[in-house]
Amino acid sequence: MSEIALYTRPQSLEDVSMHYCPGCGHGIVHKLIAELMDEMDLRDKTVAVAPVGCSVIAYEYWDVDCTEAAHGRAPAVATGIKRFRPDAFVLVYQGDGDLASIGIAETIYAANRGENFTTIFINNTIYGMTGGQMAPTTLPGQVTTTSPTGRDVATMGYPIRMCEIYDTLEAPSFIARTMLDSPGGIRKTKTLIRKAFEAQVAGQGFSVVEILSPCPTYMRMDPIQAMKHIKDKVSEYFPVKIFRDRTAE
Amino acid sequence: MAKRVLMTGNEALGEGAIRGGCDCYFGYPITPQNELTAYMARHMPDHDRTFIQSESEIAAINMVFGASVAGARSMTSSSSPGVSLKQEGMSYLAGCCLPALIVNVMRAGPGLGDITPSQADYFQATRGGGHGDYRTVVLTPATVQEMHDFAAEAFDIADRYRNPVMILTDGRLGQMMEPLTLWDKEAAPPAKPWALTGAAKRIKRTIRSYYAGRVPENNARIQATLRKIEQNEVRFETYMMDDADIMLVAFGTAARLCRGAVDCVRADGIRAGLLRPQTVWPFPHEAIAGYCDQLKTVLTVEMNAGQMVEDVRLAVEGRTPVRFYGTIGGDVPSVADVVEQIRLLTTGSES
Repeated sequence: MSEIALYTRPQSLEDVSMHYCPGCGHGIVHKLIAELMDEMDLRDKTVAVAPVGCSVIAYEYWDVDCTEAAHGRAPAVATGIKRFRPDAFVLVYQGDGDLASIGIAETIYAANRGENFTTIFINNTIYGMTGGQMAPTTLPGQVTTTSPTGRDVATMGYPIRMCEIYDTLEAPSFIARTMLDSPGGIRKTKTLIRKAFEAQVAGQGFSVVEILSPCPTYMRMDPIQAMKHIKDKVSEYFPVKIFRDRTAE
Repeated sequence: MAKRVLMTGNEALGEGAIRGGCDCYFGYPITPQNELTAYMARHMPDHDRTFIQSESEIAAINMVFGASVAGARSMTSSSSPGVSLKQEGMSYLAGCCLPALIVNVMRAGPGLGDITPSQADYFQATRGGGHGDYRTVVLTPATVQEMHDFAAEAFDIADRYRNPVMILTDGRLGQMMEPLTLWDKEAAPPAKPWALTGAAKRIKRTIRSYYAGRVPENNARIQATLRKIEQNEVRFETYMMDDADIMLVAFGTAARLCRGAVDCVRADGIRAGLLRPQTVWPFPHEAIAGYCDQLKTVLTVEMNAGQMVEDVRLAVEGRTPVRFYGTIGGDVPSVADVVEQIRLLTTGSES
């Protein structure tokens, strides 16, 4: 009996085991990005920037040129790359601590200059790599190692909604928030990442997709519960929608 | 024929960097180096090159990192408080073996200090400055001509070793005007078979300093490079040293004053000379040690509370007394001050 391959590993994804925990969203998003690099023929001109956080060694998973960046500084690093190599496809991958806390200045200013690169922003409401500390996006009441009785908004402030902040800026071309809550959510996420990539390819300026993503380990849930939590709780605070889309213009 | 012009040190440095092939400049305003940033804002676009006024010093050094990753000759400039902010990025540049030029037009510290000229960042500049085992090549110009020439050459040094290079100067040299001859050699950046360009028709490249479990290997590579730099890149200049029995050691602005002081005391028959490091890392240890046999005393003059004097003592290894004279907090010594210090040495009194 002959075998027909219905699905194969994307060429832009390395054939290695990932270090991510079971049920983590990073592996899913890495794969979506690799599929799009194949489908859009981007692999050969991609220069990616890996962050500091759980995805620190993303360069071991994509088969593309990639550099590390200091914690939070990926948008500044990407600015340097893209300005010198405007023909490169520049991909920035960041988590919530990296993008919305320590690196928020670089985040806002690169977007405000309309730097023509694409940021994929994984919001899982937690610092995973360092062991489950409170993130800028940790929900009110959420228990973490540094908010052991739950995030108290009176003293710790509120979770920061980055897409809404990006949306106050004139320059960005594409801003969307999506979630990995189900197979449908994953498909939708891929569609939005494609649009963000298209915006860069068309030279329309800064594009970003925020992805609400499960972290079963530090949400202290099983993977199915974590996905359900994203749909029921996380997306309630962080509305899933397209904030801006200039790709049709 | 090479052109003579009159420029400030900051502007001459900027023009030198452009002639040395600087592709990208990123900077943030801070006195006393603003003329350099403004010069780059005016002139980089003329050459179709990148200028960005960044949102912070931290962003600037990380833009430098990104441009260098992509193969550019990239630079930033600042003054002391701003250079403190850049240290994280400089550590990453060193850890990732990336060439870059960082300019520190020093002012008084600690803290906000003052905008007056100083040499108080010597330790920070020569010991790496950020976290981890590394060094940057540190060039110390003493004239506007050297501000210009060192900037033009800095990219060659950085590219040759894949290591960051710093120009360490101060607000006085940055803002004074002198005539200079413009650099007229064609910049010739080497091929960069490690740069990220998109992996078309080749295997992917990765730039990283994070090597869980393999950091010793990466650090050994960096250290081997630093040993080569120590062998090849020491620069210094001597003045009236042939028969000197008192050697002044000073760099930058302090060295200019010492030169004047040497001329003054020579008129009175005091056999003083000057050794002026043009690199303070790598430091001219051997050159200094080589004079010990003919010397009664070494006098180190700095615009700080005594930093380079430690390197001079390491070079001398106790064979000759080493004295120190310094001004702190943004004060600049006069030639007369230095002359007085030399006279005190010769009359047996100690400073």
